[in-house]
Amino acid sequence: MAESDVKAVMDARADDAIAKRRRAAVIRTASLAVGFIGLVVAVNLLAHGNFLEPGNLTNVLRQITVNAILAVGQTFVIITAGIDLSVGSIIGLCGVVMALVANTLHLGGPGTFLVTLCVGLAVGCAAGWINAQPVVRLGLPPFITTLAMMQVARGLAFILAHGQPIPLADSTPFDWLGTGYIFAGIPGFPGIPWVVLVMAVVAVVFAIILGRTAYGRYVLAVGGNEEAARLAGIDTRTVKTLVYVISGGCAAVGGLLLMARFSSGAPQNGVGAELQCIAAVVVGGTSLMGGRGTIVGTFFGALLIGVLNNVMNLLNIESYTQQIVLGAVILLAVVLDELRKRYLAAR
Amino acid sequence: MTAAALDAPLLAMRGIVKTFPGVRALDGVSFDVRAGEVHALVGENGAGKSTLMKILAGAQPADAGEIDVDGKPVVIDGPRTAEKLGIGMIYQEFNLVPDLGVIENIVLGVEPRRGLFLDKAGAANEASKVLGELGIALPLDRTARRLSVAEQQLTEIAKCLVRHARLIVMDEPTAALTDREIDALFALIAKLKAQNVGFVYISHRLEELPHVADRVTVLRDGKAIETRPIAQMPQDDLIRLMVGRPLESHFPDLPPVEADAPVVLDVRDLSSASGVPVQDVAFQVHRGEVVGLAGLVGAGRTEIVRAIAGADIPTAGELRIDGVRVVIHSPHSAIRAGIAFITEDRKAQGLVLGMTVRENTTLAHLDHFVHGPFIDRPAETETTNTEIAELRIRTPSSEQTVRNLSGGNQQKVVLAKWLIGQARIFLFDEPTRGIDIGAKAEIYTLMVELLRRGAAIVMVSSELPEVLGMSHRVLVVRDGRIQAEFERADATPDKVIAAATGVALRGTQGTR
Repeated sequence: MAESDVKAVMDARADDAIAKRRRAAVIRTASLAVGFIGLVVAVNLLAHGNFLEPGNLTNVLRQITVNAILAVGQTFVIITAGIDLSVGSIIGLCGVVMALVANTLHLGGPGTFLVTLCVGLAVGCAAGWINAQPVVRLGLPPFITTLAMMQVARGLAFILAHGQPIPLADSTPFDWLGTGYIFAGIPGFPGIPWVVLVMAVVAVVFAIILGRTAYGRYVLAVGGNEEAARLAGIDTRTVKTLVYVISGGCAAVGGLLLMARFSSGAPQNGVGAELQCIAAVVVGGTSLMGGRGTIVGTFFGALLIGVLNNVMNLLNIESYTQQIVLGAVILLAVVLDELRKRYLAAR
Repeated sequence: MTAAALDAPLLAMRGIVKTFPGVRALDGVSFDVRAGEVHALVGENGAGKSTLMKILAGAQPADAGEIDVDGKPVVIDGPRTAEKLGIGMIYQEFNLVPDLGVIENIVLGVEPRRGLFLDKAGAANEASKVLGELGIALPLDRTARRLSVAEQQLTEIAKCLVRHARLIVMDEPTAALTDREIDALFALIAKLKAQNVGFVYISHRLEELPHVADRVTVLRDGKAIETRPIAQMPQDDLIRLMVGRPLESHFPDLPPVEADAPVVLDVRDLSSASGVPVQDVAFQVHRGEVVGLAGLVGAGRTEIVRAIAGADIPTAGELRIDGVRVVIHSPHSAIRAGIAFITEDRKAQGLVLGMTVRENTTLAHLDHFVHGPFIDRPAETETTNTEIAELRIRTPSSEQTVRNLSGGNQQKVVLAKWLIGQARIFLFDEPTRGIDIGAKAEIYTLMVELLRRGAAIVMVSSELPEVLGMSHRVLVVRDGRIQAEFERADATPDKVIAAATGVALRGTQGTR
């Protein structure tokens, strides 16, 4: 076969493969959606129609926002075969710092909001950067460095806040974000909470970064084979540093949302959040061994956990039982994912 | 002759066959060891020595063949079985647990117990009994990490003896020892021989064999070529038997280097301290030239190319490319300087196995495919398909995960990754290891094509025919230094082996 013929064949096959993958993705999403809808209908019947109430659906989305945003950052870290245990504490620290900043500023609404946001992001990203340094410079396990940050950031938050939540002196610059709705003016439509919109923007932006940019490709390559990535000229240190910065930044956004919601920065905010978001990432199909993962999967992981929590609340299942169910679901999701991989590998 | 020699040999392996995908590693090898005998096993890298010993140790199953121990047929289905049969292995890389003490290491896995608990006193007794019988003094209070190489080796030997090994396999036991330590080791081997322990002794240091071995078997291309008493095996014979074959003819004709070809790569006094230390390595590569780096495994060849490619940071020396000094402090800066490094281990260093052919092909030059903030996937696919066609990569499509490709095709993906860039200096480290003859020939043809386009090539290879068949010049590396340089016409197998092993050939060179 002449080279040009081979190339034509390969071009056709690449188109085929891409089309096939798209079809497979559509089928997967569709079957997931059908299953989801079936489940929802069943649950709705069980819950006497309370689940599908627009108010309740909005509630579910509102409840998962912080976890979903944390999970987006965590996805980047886990794809590089790392882990970030410090995000819960960074939420607490950023919330306290932002409340202190907001209370000292007298810039008026948007100014106060923007400066507070920037300071919070700076603190979160800086914490992430510090997390990364021992990992990229000394090769220490991220489990340890982020565990240390988890302690340090939490302690700092309590010291800065003198152990008490810091109420916002003037919550007006933040109220729209905490409790407000967008598109609420349309008749018959309850609107979308601003926090949900923020979550959507974060998820979409980082899904595009992971899927379509060189940086996203490098994150996947570093997770898949760090040495091969390094020898391909990729600055693996910077790639890895940035995933922790992204994770810290996402935690800062989470801290902002909680502060806006409760009009105060509480040092105990985000306790246990790191495990919740890791669960969402793992349920979403990202491999803890690195090299594989998607933001879409992570979003659905967070959504699944959120829906489960909500449904169990509606069904009046007591909270201890809820924990057991959640644990079982996490395990089941990972087992199913492993079986799916083996099935695909065996074909 | 001892009386034991009259009986059945301690170990007899007959007709051992082992095939790996695309390679017949062992092709009906027979090999035996008598009690109280040291049987040396020699051969080039890849001749099949390690595979044969792995089968003996139960680390890999043989495809065919029989093994007798004490004249009785046995099936060695795992390391435990080998241990029970009295077979002890001492690999070149020791298997000690660094943070355990000497005694704990010696009795590891066979710890004496007292009820539920470890019997520390019993362990100490057992260990010192074995050490005492042989007159070995070891610092028993130290962890293995803090032992010298020789002490670690003695610990390994004691480990075998506590397990009542009657046959001990030693792989390159003297590679890291001083002369005095080697003498002590040989004395110890003699003592154990007197106790009827048999040895398989693998070594590249041919000159030491007459001092330690009784018989020698030469392995070549997976076949046992010849077995003789060491007294009847002069070193020259040994080398000729090891190299043996006429150079294979699947090499394409190398175009001659033009007389006025400029120096492309100029390496000056390069030293590096990662892995095998590299010391004051200097050489030049001209446009259109292949320089082959020959030598034994562990001689420092890979470390030399790694230092040039920025994979390791050199401690001294400088590089000039086209006469201009360049500073290379990372793989990235090497790539920007036009250097492509095709690594030895494609799975560990060359490819991201879970990614597609397309993603691997563009990985090192992704910036060429980024328009605005996004990767241009159609452009990636286009380029990848061109490479698939040119290199004849057998893959269903550019979207195939490289994990699912054969070794030869994986290697071609690694090459594609470097061909799409602007590199003019290609560093090939074992470019054809573990791939079939057909793919090998295609890679050689590609190297010639690169030369025609004006590339300069440095090739590390442990396969002597490959070095001799595909190099304009051969540099022989030993102990991290360039020991000899041969023009293509002068590079004969025995000269190269002699330089690589540090043996002076009688008769063929003026030195005696």
